[in-house]
Amino acid sequence: MFFGSSAPCARFSLATATGPVRAPGALLRVLLAALLAFASVAHSQAIQPLPFKNHAEKVRFQHLTRQLRCLVCQDESIADSDAELARDLRLDVFQQMQAGRSDKQIKQYLVARYSDFVLYDPPLQANTLLLWFGPLLILLAGAAVVVIAIRRRSRDAGITAQPPAGQAPTDNEDDW
Amino acid sequence: MSRSLPLFGFLLLVALFGFGIWWNTRHDPNEVPSPLINKPAPAFVLPLLDDPAQTVSKAGLLGKPYLLNVFASWCFACGEEHPTLMAEGSQLGVMLIGYDYKDAPDDAKNWLREHGNPYRMVVADRPGRTAIDFGVYGAPESFLIDAKGVIRYKHIGPITPEVIAKELKPAIAALQKESP
Repeated sequence: MFFGSSAPCARFSLATATGPVRAPGALLRVLLAALLAFASVAHSQAIQPLPFKNHAEKVRFQHLTRQLRCLVCQDESIADSDAELARDLRLDVFQQMQAGRSDKQIKQYLVARYSDFVLYDPPLQANTLLLWFGPLLILLAGAAVVVIAIRRRSRDAGITAQPPAGQAPTDNEDDW
Repeated sequence: MSRSLPLFGFLLLVALFGFGIWWNTRHDPNEVPSPLINKPAPAFVLPLLDDPAQTVSKAGLLGKPYLLNVFASWCFACGEEHPTLMAEGSQLGVMLIGYDYKDAPDDAKNWLREHGNPYRMVVADRPGRTAIDFGVYGAPESFLIDAKGVIRYKHIGPITPEVIAKELKPAIAALQKESP
């Protein structure tokens, strides 16, 4: 509730505390310093390539991190997110890969800490049965309603199609 | 009967919609429930914020329950939570330990000087590695850990007087009933 559902990332927003600015010259200097600081931050983030041994390892890493949800910006995977936690988790996943752990082990490791929520694909288990098969149930219910409605209608049509008593059968014209 | 069926379906959808709104006013849809509740807290060894040469470990804290409060100087919501901890932290009945998360030590020290220090001790996790073991995904978060080192309760977001009265106090009372 508190953080608001629209901006979950706000919880991780960095404080932008700048002191009082007195003179225009100081303002310019502060702006330049801020710009430089920002550039250096952006730079240090940009040049932090993980030392993959080969292309296959890189592909595996990208495939795996795309299946894992960032807990901060929850609409993003840890492969996409800029949140600090996502960066930490990417490094963690990478180090575990280096240590020779399988994708399944790494996922279990994260699920043990952050629950199934960390997986983009909910696993098929007792408490997700409704999630997986609920749509099918609704589809079947809808189909049942349609079948019953059609049967009832055709039965009613069958009754009215009966020639009323006293009328010649030859008058029974096809309405279709 | 069949004529009222669409109306019935519509009312069902309205009820579902209303329930969704009601539910979301009481629950944070972004909250990730911790799978660590009633499980042993992860083993950790962390330096003290004030004296990094000294470390605090999970094993060293066994024997007494404590409330581990994850905070950071960069965290806005922690500033909102802080007055509550200052006012009620000492009356909780458990030791309040600060967990400085991904923070520059000087920033954290200044922040505590400015806002006051409600903690018996403050451990620092600058890289945030131990926090992953705790399933921390932001600040503030608070973990109630019992004398055996088991996580008994977790609160995500700022602790408010209401949270203390409705959740934390009962959870602490349950601990004290077990081991007086």
